[in-house]
Amino acid sequence: MTIEPNYQLPQQLSTGAAEVDDLYMFVYWFSVIFTAIIVGVMLYSIVKFRRRPGVKAAPVGHNLKLEVAWTVIPLFFIVFLFHYGFKVYVHNAVAQEGALEIRVRAQKWRWEFEYPTGMRVNSEVKIPVNKPVKFVISSEDVLHSFFVPGARAKKDAVPGMYSNVWFTPNTKGPMQVFCAEYCGTSHSGMLATINVVDDAEFQKFLKEGEGPEPGEDPVAWGKRLYTKNACNTCHSIDGSKSPGPTWKGIWGRPESFVDGSTGKVDENYVRESILKPQAKIVSTFVTTQMPPYTISDKQIDAIIAYMKTL
Amino acid sequence: MGAVSTTAPARSHEGTPDPNENYLKATRGIASWLFTLDHKRIGIMYLVLVLIAFGLGGTFALLVRLELFTRGKTLMDADMYNRMFTLHGVVMVFLFIIPSIPAALGNFILPIQLGAKDVAFPRLNLMSLYIYAFGACFAVYSMVDGAVDTGWTFYTPYSTSTNSAVIPMVLGAFIMGFSSILTGVNFLVTVHKLRAPGQTWTRLSLFTWALYATSIIQVLATPVLAITLLLLTMERFLGLGIFDPKLGGDPVLFQHFFWFYSHPAVYIMIVPGMGIVNELLSTFSRRAIVGYMFVAMSSLGLALLGFLVWGHHLFVSGMSEYATMVFSALTFLVAIPSGVKVFNWVATLWKGSIRLDSPMLYALSFIFLFTIGGLTGLFLGVLAIDVHLHDTYFVVAHFHYVMVGGTVMGFVGGLHYWWPKITGKLYNEKMAKFAWFFVFIGFNVTFIAQFIMGSRGMPRRYYDYLPEYESFHRISTMGSWLLAFGFLTMALMFVQSLRNGKKSSRNPWGSAALEWQTATPPPLANFVKVPTITRGPYDYHLATEEELSET
Repeated sequence: MTIEPNYQLPQQLSTGAAEVDDLYMFVYWFSVIFTAIIVGVMLYSIVKFRRRPGVKAAPVGHNLKLEVAWTVIPLFFIVFLFHYGFKVYVHNAVAQEGALEIRVRAQKWRWEFEYPTGMRVNSEVKIPVNKPVKFVISSEDVLHSFFVPGARAKKDAVPGMYSNVWFTPNTKGPMQVFCAEYCGTSHSGMLATINVVDDAEFQKFLKEGEGPEPGEDPVAWGKRLYTKNACNTCHSIDGSKSPGPTWKGIWGRPESFVDGSTGKVDENYVRESILKPQAKIVSTFVTTQMPPYTISDKQIDAIIAYMKTL
Repeated sequence: MGAVSTTAPARSHEGTPDPNENYLKATRGIASWLFTLDHKRIGIMYLVLVLIAFGLGGTFALLVRLELFTRGKTLMDADMYNRMFTLHGVVMVFLFIIPSIPAALGNFILPIQLGAKDVAFPRLNLMSLYIYAFGACFAVYSMVDGAVDTGWTFYTPYSTSTNSAVIPMVLGAFIMGFSSILTGVNFLVTVHKLRAPGQTWTRLSLFTWALYATSIIQVLATPVLAITLLLLTMERFLGLGIFDPKLGGDPVLFQHFFWFYSHPAVYIMIVPGMGIVNELLSTFSRRAIVGYMFVAMSSLGLALLGFLVWGHHLFVSGMSEYATMVFSALTFLVAIPSGVKVFNWVATLWKGSIRLDSPMLYALSFIFLFTIGGLTGLFLGVLAIDVHLHDTYFVVAHFHYVMVGGTVMGFVGGLHYWWPKITGKLYNEKMAKFAWFFVFIGFNVTFIAQFIMGSRGMPRRYYDYLPEYESFHRISTMGSWLLAFGFLTMALMFVQSLRNGKKSSRNPWGSAALEWQTATPPPLANFVKVPTITRGPYDYHLATEEELSET
């Protein structure tokens, strides 16, 4: 069941989201009423006490009681707000025991996920519905932030330390992941999807790993892998300038490399560049920030098939 | 306020400027401006520079909004976009908003409101101006040299690893910091030592109280920014491992250092704006500010609390849960002095004698927009909600409601209010109201759209976005055009006033405040005779008919 609380908040896709939204709506209605009172008194005064000849402003007296009242009464309110907010926060900060643990590595500009089995996937991760899941986050380079609006969850990925986020997804289907801490050129392309599936499908996925969709040919799968593995954040396919060499016309293209050698883009070069990006860097790029990928041979074949069509 | 004569006595000798002559005419020539020690002229030079910075920062903002009008590339690539929003932030924060009210309007008005001839250290004051200009040159050099793509926060390790021109920009901010510190010291000493006879602490204007509180923050917080930026430069330059984990540093430490200045800096920006609102409300309601002492003390309260809440910028950065708890609790305390101000302002309007001249429209806009800015701060103070809203457009909208809805409204309101005092000329009131309307509507359209897309999850600093956010971005961009139209109309109106504005009377608003009791524009020495203060600036019931006369 999905609940759309209102136009202000995204769908609630985890068990903890509703509580955060209740708190949000409470502060929202308080703010609306407070603003209405302030604006109401202002507008009333502007009309009622507009300057008229012969009418002077009332002198200002000292009303200590009133001053103390509006200093002290809000204090009770903010203590309540703080308490409530902290309670929900702590609940969302301490992971439930037995949660499925998934490692998240952030690197310019992709999310890599690693399951307890050692299987790694990029940009698209499957998790079982109604089971708590804990993401243990780290960064390989600069700051990033793992943001899942559907779960109202967010935590920075900080180089040199681990941080974590957990929630229990309660709705099958995709959850959007954003990078919320500015990280450079393709910051806004650093997206991922959490696919919430039923347990049977999840177990099958853990056992068999990623493959093409039923009936999908290698080119179509390769095209899908191109975005799924975030290749698109650095390699354009229309020849436009991007942080890495464009894939337009890449197949068979002669390249010269920073170490002075030259070569042609073929199967071995593509394979090496995916698994060991530092090995041969195209000379116009000087250095590379591309992270090494851990993907299967079948996936590499599909990507090669796709490259040949560009 | 007693006897303040406005007629100038006989001229003094040729060659030495006559202290009783209109400050704009007492001396002539470009050198008389560049080497002036007159706080009024220094204030005007600041004003010109910050207005240029405002135009520049505004242009960057318009380009950012224009790029976001459609998904994907609209007119620039991602790297250029990243530079645009960084420059918008850096220019608006360091070159415009921090010096805007204190250094420009404050410099002009503060000594007159105290009944003083000048600030305590006129030479230091001129030096502050040149330091600011020198720092600004570094910032401009950085822009020409490829600019910066780090965001105005310079977060490490991005800022130590990007190949953009970080060092000149950081040095620019470092140098401008000294200008801010020196202005702060100058104002503190001026308020303590140069009050006219009878100008007791309880007769100070609330604008003066606000600048006093601001100066304390400027003096105490700015050095921390200076050290932080210096460490950043040393890390980039010498590979010193303070912040980069690869060198054994801690990137979160940079955020602590940075916000230890930059959160108090928020109060450097907003408190002077609040100060101006008091002046406007009192003058245009013909009434004293309700709860004078509470309002004055709330400025000091904000200045103090501002030092204790920097951690709320780090709620999702990996800081410990205990620390988040403490910072959340302290952050909520900010609501108390902010509330005190708003309540007292509204109470001042009640039973006042209200006239809606253009400065008053800005003051009322300030109260409304600051209320929204403050209340949306509650959402962000509540830990559980902040986790969701952090680094989204909700935060962007929140601080624009405080910085633009607050500070800029206060600054612009003050500029309208003191324009006749500064230039001796009136402006076209109809055109001013017309401009206000577009500024007010444009601002709300721009940023209400951002609140909604932010709470729906749109992260900030994004070059591209998902289709579901497109309509919000379009509305926001169209709002920015209305806003720009409003400001351009205002600029035109002021230029027109300079060229052929009617001559202003001494006290066009009929204010009881001290600065309106001397000639308009003021004489070089501010007052023909040292004034003896017998009442506060808002004591309309004690002011004489002659003092309140608008002609």
